[in-house]
Amino acid sequence: MKYLMLVCTDPSYTPGQDDGAPDVEDWVTEMDGKGIRLMGNRTRPASDATTVRVRNREVLLTDGPYAETKDQIAGFDILDCADLDEAIDVASKHPMAWAGMIELRPFWPDDED
Amino acid sequence: MKDRIAGIYADGWSRIVATMIRFTGGDWDLAEECTQEAFAQALQKWPESGVPDQPLAWLTTTARNRAIDRIRRASTEAAKLRKVAAMDLEPPPYPNDSEIPDERLELMFTCCHPSLNLDAQVALTLRSLAGMSTAEIARAFLVPERTMAQRVFRAKQKVAHAGIPFRVPPAHLLPDRLPAVLHVLYLLFNEGYGDPRKARLCREAIRLARVVTALMPDEPEAQGMLALMLLHDARRPARTDAAGDVVTLAEQDRSLWDQAQITEGAAICERALRRRRAGPFQLQAAIAACHATAPVAARTDWPQIVGLYTQLARIAPSPIVDLNRAVAIGMASGPEAALPLVDAIAETGQLNGYYLLHATRADLLRRTGRAQEAADSYRAALDLAPTDAERRFLRDRLRLT
Repeated sequence: MKYLMLVCTDPSYTPGQDDGAPDVEDWVTEMDGKGIRLMGNRTRPASDATTVRVRNREVLLTDGPYAETKDQIAGFDILDCADLDEAIDVASKHPMAWAGMIELRPFWPDDED
Repeated sequence: MKDRIAGIYADGWSRIVATMIRFTGGDWDLAEECTQEAFAQALQKWPESGVPDQPLAWLTTTARNRAIDRIRRASTEAAKLRKVAAMDLEPPPYPNDSEIPDERLELMFTCCHPSLNLDAQVALTLRSLAGMSTAEIARAFLVPERTMAQRVFRAKQKVAHAGIPFRVPPAHLLPDRLPAVLHVLYLLFNEGYGDPRKARLCREAIRLARVVTALMPDEPEAQGMLALMLLHDARRPARTDAAGDVVTLAEQDRSLWDQAQITEGAAICERALRRRRAGPFQLQAAIAACHATAPVAARTDWPQIVGLYTQLARIAPSPIVDLNRAVAIGMASGPEAALPLVDAIAETGQLNGYYLLHATRADLLRRTGRAQEAADSYRAALDLAPTDAERRFLRDRLRLT
């Protein structure tokens, strides 16, 4: 099953002393090696985002993200996992699960409508 | 005949649904519909032909044949075709009842997956494992049927779409996941315990707890939970009087208690504690056993109860446990010993909205002869008491103070 892993910041997080969070490079190397991480990247902050809507055939643009929240998407990865338990395991090994939060969103399969 | 089939339904529904979920590769709705149809067919046929020797095998085979039929009929669509290809469509050999795999534990852990919210876990457990209809579950939880139907629907959707696995979690996840299962079952039990109209939930919770303990015999907390449910449930007939009023433990007619169930609960609790991995459910069961096995209220082993609460406060600290421990100390060593403890709890402010804090304080003050202060505390309790029956009880006490 494919999952979109949204890597989000959490402004209320204050780091504890040596909380043992893993290193992101190690995570990428491990998950790439296992064929679990299909691709991923960091994204520019929400202030650089543009929201696009078409209403009455007119393209409307908004400067910024679609929802104004303090938590922001910092990056994403696309995972291919056996099931949700594996995806949770993979997400919990990512440093941003420790310092921010991660949303796992299953892909809509190609063969369903 | 109808009763016989109802008995087989109560026993067999969850086993057949669990088997069918596995058989259909996780198509939860198809699994339930085919199980339902198999029971409907049994209701039609069995009154004439008699109940077969292996009723579960008969029902499972019928449900499987239904599923195969339905998938074949729908298999013109590409997606369904792939599903069919993945399934073993040879008509399964006719099994014995004893050969039907027991996949209820997988079902239970799937229903209680931590990625579902607690409401969804409870609803899915009741639907799939207890075989309750959506209308029945809605009535039990006092929500509109539509709300409950949506809750069950969304939970099933998430299981399918999010890839929640149908399995008992691997050993390293088990300690994290078992508490959720026990929590949901105990929630069911409590939901039924507070309200005589919902007694069925207690029976279901006990039945499911028996399934968990039978399937996981090495988990003492599961046994502790079953013991706790049995011991509480055994006292049900004496808990309210003819007018529906609460009867305190000390004043209950002990001849109304279900002695066989108390004996069983106490024995299960003792077996669990012998493993020396005492958890909160085991300790609460041990406390319930102390109460339930005392021949008369005056011979309750309060010192032992104090010890058990002390242990409970250490491993599962909560102000309610502290309050109960103080009550036990009040019984074991007298109200003077308990009052400072209750005052200390009141000072933290955590339980100030909880009527039993004030009622307990009132009782201790009354017993030390401080009638005026006791009356004040009874009044504070009265303002907070949640039910009419509890208010009547407190008013009576206030009058006698």
